[in-house]
Amino acid sequence: MKGSVEKPLTGDIRSDGKALSLAEYEKAGGYSALRKVLKEMTPKEVQDAVKAANLRGRGGAGFPTGMKWSFTPIGEGAPHPKFLISNSDEMEPGAFKDRVLMEGNPHQLIEGMIIAAYAIEADAAYIFLRWAYGESGSRIASALKEAYQAAYLGPSVAGSAYRLDMHVHVSAGRYICGEETALLNALEGRRAVPRAKPPFPGTNGLWGRPTVVNNAETLANVPHILKNGPEWYKGLSLSADGGTKVYTVSGRVRRPGFWELPMGTTIRDLLEEHAGGMVEGRTARAVIPGGGSTEFVLPELFDTPMTFDVMEKQAGSRLGTGTMIVLDDATCPVGIVRNLEAFFARESCGWCTPCRDGLPWIARILGDIEEGRGRREDLEVLAEHTWLLKMHHTYCALAPGAIEPLASALKLFEADFIHHIEEKRCPYRH
Amino acid sequence: MLTEDELKTIEEAVKIYPHRRAGCVEAMRAVQEKRGWVGDAEIGEIAALLGMTADELDGVATFYPFIFRRPVGRHVICVCDSVACWVMGHETVLDALKNRLGVPLGGTTADGRFTLLPISCIGACDRAPAVMIDGDLHGPVAPDAIPAILGRYK
Repeated sequence: MKGSVEKPLTGDIRSDGKALSLAEYEKAGGYSALRKVLKEMTPKEVQDAVKAANLRGRGGAGFPTGMKWSFTPIGEGAPHPKFLISNSDEMEPGAFKDRVLMEGNPHQLIEGMIIAAYAIEADAAYIFLRWAYGESGSRIASALKEAYQAAYLGPSVAGSAYRLDMHVHVSAGRYICGEETALLNALEGRRAVPRAKPPFPGTNGLWGRPTVVNNAETLANVPHILKNGPEWYKGLSLSADGGTKVYTVSGRVRRPGFWELPMGTTIRDLLEEHAGGMVEGRTARAVIPGGGSTEFVLPELFDTPMTFDVMEKQAGSRLGTGTMIVLDDATCPVGIVRNLEAFFARESCGWCTPCRDGLPWIARILGDIEEGRGRREDLEVLAEHTWLLKMHHTYCALAPGAIEPLASALKLFEADFIHHIEEKRCPYRH
Repeated sequence: MLTEDELKTIEEAVKIYPHRRAGCVEAMRAVQEKRGWVGDAEIGEIAALLGMTADELDGVATFYPFIFRRPVGRHVICVCDSVACWVMGHETVLDALKNRLGVPLGGTTADGRFTLLPISCIGACDRAPAVMIDGDLHGPVAPDAIPAILGRYK
């Protein structure tokens, strides 16, 4: 069997829940990739190594990381200042993988960011952190202090001619801040609404300067790729997408939690072997495999490997953030979709009409159905909205993501919707 | 009037940005940490310090759930109502909190001790149902454990 049991991202995390100190991180090989990169590699060579490793963005979209970096001009004549940002605003419902990585090993993120910043010749880097992650914030702040003291940051990074400053920006909530252009507005001190694309952040980002925004888990992978090489990294995976993935499972399973596993681990392995299966008396009705904005997957497709491409082709869903929520047989499918749509309606930034008006409408109709006031024609209105709010009908991907669980629920749980409407009550409430 | 301490914290916070307004969330956070919430007078003062209009800053402040533009209790209880917590019994936790405190969502207890608020996913799905009080994470929370948890916040 291809793939291995190596856990480069989480293997060094302490079992007592404390953060890895600088000394402990260095002892485990930390910052050796950075030293090697600064001594032996050009920024372009770093980009090529990450491209060859097939690292794809872990924030949900799966965009190839090396390619994203290549859109930012480097070399003589490139505009400065340039910025690198860690998107540490993790707020996909069901997701807590970045928190685990930031709390457990903040230096891994910092080293990944320094290498990524070097690869695009950035002048400054920001960690865009959500308010609710106070523990991550204080651990990152201590780690930054250590990194400055050890001269991994500042005027001469690890004794080289490269200069980099790094700061934490603590935001104040809202899901939309994870959208990379809304994040840029938030960081600039504006309302966090998305920006029109093009121009893309790679050329016109923070304060109009070239900027790369990468997810925190994505960045945590970078030191390992440079330390051990692209071939090693690809070998960690069971699929064409490189590396491992920090998967999480929540819901009524025996052991909710996180596991770093080869990219391409199946839904079934994750659910049964790692999460320990369902709690006594419950069976899995479906999973939302990649966080709140992905389609439901039924048990007959649980042998699907969780990779970006295969999840779309075989399961009609998405890997997303790889953070699975389980729907059990005693939980109402209409209720869970209502909950998700209420989340997205609340979190809509209000910038574009289809999202601002469409999502609350969806949430209200679902509330009516769940509470026994639904009508048959409501199902048509809901189905129509899955078209009205799809990609390219809205300013950003929030509403298109929001309708993914809705569209799949209307198909997969149609009988449940009809029961609610005909019986004028929720059959799951006694 | 902003205090010397607050002004110092704000000046420290804006240093990490090439443009001062980028520090506005941090500035409001500094004021809120001292006063519990951010009033109109403080909005006006911070805006002037950072080169914004008061309306611009209020537009930013009201965008965010964690910036309070109205007085809150000494302790703010944020109850996660997103999907993993909902599946794991968020409603029973919320009902228990409402009963215990005698206030609806958005309400503050008469003694000014607690404010009860809903919050979107706080990334504690492995500890669902989760509740955050003043930045401390609690979870999984059993409804009958609520009196003991609240007892830690005077």
